[in-house]
Amino acid sequence: MKNIPIAAMIGLFFTALYFLAAIFAPLISPYGMAEIVGDVWEPASSEFLLGTDNIGRDLLSRMIYGGRTTIFIATAATIVSFTLGSVLGFFAAVAGGWVDQVLSRFVDLIMSIPTLIFALVVLSVTPVTVPMLIIVMGLLDSTRVYRLARAVAVDIEVMDYVEAARLRGEKIAWIIFREILPNALSPLVAEMGLRFIFAVLFVSTLSFLGLGVQPPEADWGGIVKENKDGIVYGIPAALAPAFAIATLAISVNLVADWVLNRTTSLKGGRG
Amino acid sequence: MSEPLLKVRGLKIGATVYPPGEKPHDIEIVHGVDFELAKGKVLGLIGESGAGKSTIGLASMAYGRGGVKITGGEVWVNGREILSAGVGDIRKLRGAEVTYVSQSAAASFNPAKKIMDQVVEAAVEQKKFSRKDAEERARVLFAKLGLPDPDNIGDRFPHQVSGGQLQRCMTALALCPEPDLVVFDEPTTALDVTTQIDVLMAIKEAIRDTGVAALYITHDLAVVAQVSDDIMVLKMGNTVEYGSVDQIINAPQEEYTKALVSVRSIEHEEKAPTAEPVLSVRNITARYQGTKFDVLHGVNVDLYPGQTLAVVGESGSGKSTLARVITGLLPPREGEIEFAGRTLSNDLAGRSREDLRELQMIYQMADVAMNPRQTVGTIIGRPLEFYFGMRGAEKKKRIIELLDEIELGEKFIDRYPAELSGGQKQRVCIARSLAAKPKMIICDEVTSALDPLVADGILKLLLDLQKIEDVAYLFITHDLATVRAISDNIAVMYQGKVQRYGGKSKVLSPPFDDYTDLLLSSVPEMRLGWLEEVIANRKMESAGN
Amino acid sequence: MPQILKLLAQRIALGLILLFLVSALIFAGTVILPGDVAQSILGQSATPEALANLRKDLGLNEPALQRYFNWLGGAITGDLGTSLTSGADITESIGKRLSNTLFLAFWAAVVAVPLAIFLGLLAVRFKDRWPDKAISAVTLASISIPEFLIGYVLMYLIAVKMRWFPSVAMINDSMTLGEKLSSIALPVAVLTLVVLAHMMRMTRAAILNVMQSAYIETAELKGLNGFQVIYRHAFPNAIAPIVNVVMLNLAYLVVGVVVIEVVFVYPGMGQYLVDHVSKRDVPVVQACGLIFAAVYIGLNMIADLVAILSNPRLRHPK
Repeated sequence: MKNIPIAAMIGLFFTALYFLAAIFAPLISPYGMAEIVGDVWEPASSEFLLGTDNIGRDLLSRMIYGGRTTIFIATAATIVSFTLGSVLGFFAAVAGGWVDQVLSRFVDLIMSIPTLIFALVVLSVTPVTVPMLIIVMGLLDSTRVYRLARAVAVDIEVMDYVEAARLRGEKIAWIIFREILPNALSPLVAEMGLRFIFAVLFVSTLSFLGLGVQPPEADWGGIVKENKDGIVYGIPAALAPAFAIATLAISVNLVADWVLNRTTSLKGGRG
Repeated sequence: MSEPLLKVRGLKIGATVYPPGEKPHDIEIVHGVDFELAKGKVLGLIGESGAGKSTIGLASMAYGRGGVKITGGEVWVNGREILSAGVGDIRKLRGAEVTYVSQSAAASFNPAKKIMDQVVEAAVEQKKFSRKDAEERARVLFAKLGLPDPDNIGDRFPHQVSGGQLQRCMTALALCPEPDLVVFDEPTTALDVTTQIDVLMAIKEAIRDTGVAALYITHDLAVVAQVSDDIMVLKMGNTVEYGSVDQIINAPQEEYTKALVSVRSIEHEEKAPTAEPVLSVRNITARYQGTKFDVLHGVNVDLYPGQTLAVVGESGSGKSTLARVITGLLPPREGEIEFAGRTLSNDLAGRSREDLRELQMIYQMADVAMNPRQTVGTIIGRPLEFYFGMRGAEKKKRIIELLDEIELGEKFIDRYPAELSGGQKQRVCIARSLAAKPKMIICDEVTSALDPLVADGILKLLLDLQKIEDVAYLFITHDLATVRAISDNIAVMYQGKVQRYGGKSKVLSPPFDDYTDLLLSSVPEMRLGWLEEVIANRKMESAGN
Repeated sequence: MPQILKLLAQRIALGLILLFLVSALIFAGTVILPGDVAQSILGQSATPEALANLRKDLGLNEPALQRYFNWLGGAITGDLGTSLTSGADITESIGKRLSNTLFLAFWAAVVAVPLAIFLGLLAVRFKDRWPDKAISAVTLASISIPEFLIGYVLMYLIAVKMRWFPSVAMINDSMTLGEKLSSIALPVAVLTLVVLAHMMRMTRAAILNVMQSAYIETAELKGLNGFQVIYRHAFPNAIAPIVNVVMLNLAYLVVGVVVIEVVFVYPGMGQYLVDHVSKRDVPVVQACGLIFAAVYIGLNMIADLVAILSNPRLRHPK
């Protein structure tokens, strides 16, 4: 763990902080999530560290619970998109032929529609629940993971050492797990960070548009929506969750950058 | 001689390197080099990769490529010191007094502009000629350089002419402004040997006719001996030896120069065919999937146990395709392959583990032939485990034996490929194929990515191992010197056919067919006057026709 | 030049096929998903009669394939159907809003494109120096910040605290161009910021790629000055990648518009789409989705067409 650049250290620290806050939300939040404890839009005070929201709930408590929801949905959607995308991407690259053609052209088709627009179309007819959000986001985003996984695997596939393994008579499982996967891991891990950020931004945007997490559940995008009318009166409550989204995303980005740089410079060395 | 055209004193060049996992830092790559060049003379700069020869060539135009910086010394051109000159003065020098011919003309021509526009640009911009005169001059140069249709070739775009032609266009580009000095940076390295000689002849005649001076940079001593008056041998940014071409070739003083002169002089007695061939390729015709043309037409060759068959040809001759067919990666359309007394399945999937074990392969690029995430021990150990079920101490003992055979030793067992030099990597690949105890190994251009001295070491090792292990080699190469050094039988391939086939001495002695004659006479020889002889011979022949 | 024409025709045909498949996908997305559309529109408490009526109104009793072709035929002839919630003609409602959205996107592009290319060039000129590093930092920040945050921060600072521009962007036909521009100044600024970083970084990469070519070195070794090198040798080869960058980012802009219109309560397509998604007004959503997708596919197609047209190997075949 030595030799971690300062930027990655900061990223790791804040990422860990946000995840811990999400996990231990009930223990650390000063008030209940939906508990009305004060006046509308009270300024920050020692009682309410971030003030209160549009109907008098403690903003800090809502932020902590909201972070929990946002991070949970984003993590779950990332797992869905990652598992599906990388498995199919590797499979297409190694199988080649018509399997590859069908999968790749279908992914091209999905990606020719902007993700947000596609999600809005789907959410107009499906019930907006948390599992549904996770599935829709996960499926739509898996196209990007698929492309990366396939591209990386195809690049490695043509290497002479993979051909050497084939000529030796190795089974397909050895080729995927021992020859290709170890060399594909670093770009995929870095991509996982980017997909997570995208999921956070995406679920926040949907909630902000009123099409994501439904009240009274809290999530960061939803808190912005609830408090946006205050902006016109000069009340910055809506900026707090927006700020949280941005810092979380930047932190994860810094970590992903570091993972990518570290592993590409590794070139098979130890460390 | 009063003032030399080019005078270099104590030239030092540095570069910023970005080693993985470390902070970027500066290193010195040329450590104080001195030389001078008189008007109309040619100086050859020779060395292996990393010798700093291209960097020195570009320094004579006060140019540093990428992160390269000239850190010390003086460069005098026509009596002016240019390293301390202002930007404007350097611009007036480049493209007017000193011009440059790069290794890859294909990359050095702007793909979006016509050849003529690019050839005359420097001459016009530097006000040496009017546009009209420059174009006239360019057409004369095109003709002198032997380009087809010299009046109109300038109207074409770079992608519309062949690689060898474009290289000659680049020479015209450099000669057009009537410079005093041309820097030739490996101008023929990327070309096939029969194309190389055409370009080489064109350059030599152009230098002689225009009276221009030249710095000729190359890694091939035989080439530079044909065009230079003086030669400077460089190694790791230092001058090893500097003298007249006659002295360097015929009386080298330094050990390193001697090694370079005697490179590829391995003696190998031709062996007569014995017993049954281990491999018989019968009437193989093949094409790549989705294409409409055969790249191999009815190929027949035999390889005898413990011997070497060299398959020689230029790019596009089908020699590498033949290797893919034999390995089963590309099933042929017609024909069959007999191996060790049995007929092999044409398809890789249909071959037994024994078939695969007995027929191994070594690749050109050792870098990508080894998984960068596996240690040398894992790489060599896998065939032992896979074919012989070896485990633990037994496997380790055998790995160490193999490491000793390839002259690396036990200490390499835990290293990763990235920690090895080019030659060491290729040795590990050899050990991996030997681990399978094969009857034959296909060697696909295994030395062509290596520097000459390193390549020599690999060839010697392969010959020694052949004696110990009694393994047969199918040796694919474009390099005739390698063929001479290692083969018992030779197959010359041209346009997908075997043009000439037989024992080494028979194939390499007259009477020749036209293609083999052209191929053999195009290989530069390490003696003075060779190129003049070839030029004279070819002129006589074409006059005779 | 038969080969180049063939390639252009192929690319246009591909765009049309893609559009056709996308229309099918958008239609299928609202049909084959689990659950009954009528049920999810009316909610669990709906009476059976109401459900049956709605199914009839939606044409749900006809086979899906027939409904699709009816819908597609209508869309091609400019009839996008009627809204379920308001009963208004969708084509008519969209017309005005589409032109508002294009007005907003147009001005955002007018500001963002030249600015991004200029800053991208600046980053190349000062590669690895502070302007370049600043640009990478801004890019990192901008891909991490949701569009609506940029919107509200600017609104809070500029509209509420400094009172330079209105915080909501209402426009109507009676306004002069100047009034309209003042009204959309903030959303244009936000959209510019949203695409700027991306466009700068991609422009930088495209130009660096060209500047590292061997023919640029050749030009420098001819003694040409910096301007001549860029104008004569870099520029002709950089057009295609830069147009590509611009088109990709305009496509991105079209999506960014959706969120920004909601933030600034701007009467455009995005606002219209989002409103009707929450009202579950399927015909409107399908119509808007199709139009957004068509614009997106069209911009991507233009990028590819320019790349084909500017390729010397295709323009001057052997």
